[in-house]
Amino acid sequence: MSLLTIDGVWKQYHDHSVLRGIDLEVAPHEVVCLIGASGSGKSTLLRCVNLLETIDDGAIFLDDAEITDVRADPDEVRKRIGMVFQSYNLFPHMTVLDNITLAPRRVHGVRPREAEEQARELLDRFGLSDKAGEYPDRLSGGQQQRVAVIRAVATQPRLLLLDEVTSALDPALVTEVLGVIRELKDAGMTMILATHEMGFARDIADTVCFLDGGVLLERGSPEQIFTAPEHPRTREFLQRILEARRM
Amino acid sequence: MTDDEAGSPAAAPVPAPHAGGEAGSPASSTDGRAGASARTDGASPLPGQGEAGASAAEWVKSERQVRREAELRARSRRSATVATASTVLAAVVLVVAVTASPGWPRVQETFLNPGAFAEALPDVLRGFLLNIKIFLIAEVLILILGLLVALVRGLRSPVFFPLRALAVLYTDVFRGVPVILLVYLVGFGVPALQLQGAPSDPVTLGIIALVLSYGSYVAEVFRSGIESVHPSQRAAARSLALTHGQTMRHVVLPQAVRRVVPPLLNDFASLQKDSALVAVLGPLESLRQAQIHAASSFNYTPYLTSALLFIALTVPMARFTDHLAARTARRRTGGGTI
Ligand SMILES: Nc1ncnc2c1ncn2[C@@H]1O[C@H](COP(=O)(O)OP(=O)(O)OP(=O)(O)O)[C@@H](O)[C@H]1O
Ligand SMILES: [Mg+2]
Repeated sequence: MSLLTIDGVWKQYHDHSVLRGIDLEVAPHEVVCLIGASGSGKSTLLRCVNLLETIDDGAIFLDDAEITDVRADPDEVRKRIGMVFQSYNLFPHMTVLDNITLAPRRVHGVRPREAEEQARELLDRFGLSDKAGEYPDRLSGGQQQRVAVIRAVATQPRLLLLDEVTSALDPALVTEVLGVIRELKDAGMTMILATHEMGFARDIADTVCFLDGGVLLERGSPEQIFTAPEHPRTREFLQRILEARRM
Repeated sequence: MTDDEAGSPAAAPVPAPHAGGEAGSPASSTDGRAGASARTDGASPLPGQGEAGASAAEWVKSERQVRREAELRARSRRSATVATASTVLAAVVLVVAVTASPGWPRVQETFLNPGAFAEALPDVLRGFLLNIKIFLIAEVLILILGLLVALVRGLRSPVFFPLRALAVLYTDVFRGVPVILLVYLVGFGVPALQLQGAPSDPVTLGIIALVLSYGSYVAEVFRSGIESVHPSQRAAARSLALTHGQTMRHVVLPQAVRRVVPPLLNDFASLQKDSALVAVLGPLESLRQAQIHAASSFNYTPYLTSALLFIALTVPMARFTDHLAARTARRRTGGGTI
């Protein structure tokens, strides 16, 4: 049984098709990496899963219930899905602790004391225990992004979506954020992540999906995609990235 | 759970086979022992770049720095002296020019009469207390009305279409009508209706007119503040399953309100002045008292008395607004990514 099923999803912006019939199944505890050129639709797909965008065709199922059903309550769906953004999007007027406890308290009805305890536990686990009372703009990018990840998992979502969570970071800070993601994988979190970190994708993914112009061209194990890509477009894309690295 | 190898997955060449399981996370290996260790770990491949060297030596101010600071102090003393001198000079020139002008004795008699000033002051001051009461009450009501209208305009659901249309109509109409006209309309028009339960007290009617007029301005101020909060903040809140209302209340409004405090204070400074417009309805506020005194003494000094009281109130407010604006500007440029 799959945890998430994406079935023939289309998304248009104006007259431009950004997603063209995407099919994807994600099993519990599976980590799926979306790779592809800029503008290929990775972010859009994640935003559709989180219902931040409405799809134009197809359907998305979470735990076998259709979440794109027009009668479904988007807030109920989002309660079970966490999302981390490229630009962190922490709430600048709240402390780290308040950022993390906001949703547990206001949405999930966790008592303040309990929510705070859980938040501190998570901060401790990810090496941020001394930052609980700090405001986001006093943290480094890597620390902000780790807080954003903690905020997204504080409500114990079924599925975590990560959209290029390291691309706004200095290379030196990337490692600490990827460390957090690795630990979440080890803890069994189901994740879909859009990423440009091919080394990391290769390392952490159970499945790698290559998106090209809104089409899911190729999927497979990291081994297969990175060493023996079938589709010429995939090969071309990986080649380009490799060349960019050399320069 | 732990992962004892270290390395940077970011640096791994892509399709080439890579050595072992990389990407040991400092966070997981040190497990809970502070992000600081993670950051130094990450920075360690760049030797000689850290601040490690700085902590080794005690900092003693160099000769050069001491001289630099002395020069800076001298310079700031010099500019203070120059500023004082030029201000005094300008003041003297102004006073001499004004008092030497042919009309000055008459101006002094009519506007700057100490006797008339002293006589009018108690009444004008008492009247001014009523002005303060008027605008304090009005300010609270204006904030509530402005915020409500701004929030209504932000509602997206089609159910609220009529409300939204009403809010738009309200801001359009009341921003267009001169305040004085509104004071007449409400102050004389409402009692003329002879409705059951409608207020007839001129102070109340004056406050209603001011609230209606300024509410439309303040609604626009709030709305621009709400719109200035980046959409990604909303997306983040909604992705945490906060409802539209919760997103507004906990995420958008707190940020919006902080941003609009300076323009709000600006509007309130202007409201303080306009509280004198209620005078046309007859209550004994500052301007009305001045009018009475001026009429009985054929001297305009009481008006000046009233004017001075208004200035005494708005000037500190204007300085406070400047201070807030400057602080916000410093914050903006001083860092933070959002
Ligand atoms: N709100 C929008 N309105 C119009 N077009 C949009 C909007 N959002 C995205 N697009 C378009 O959709 C396409 C896919 O965008 P998307 O952000 O999903 O790409 P991506 O794969 O995430 O790229 P990147 O790697 O640069 O983040 C792009 O061509 C983009 O211009
Ligand atoms: Mg993207």
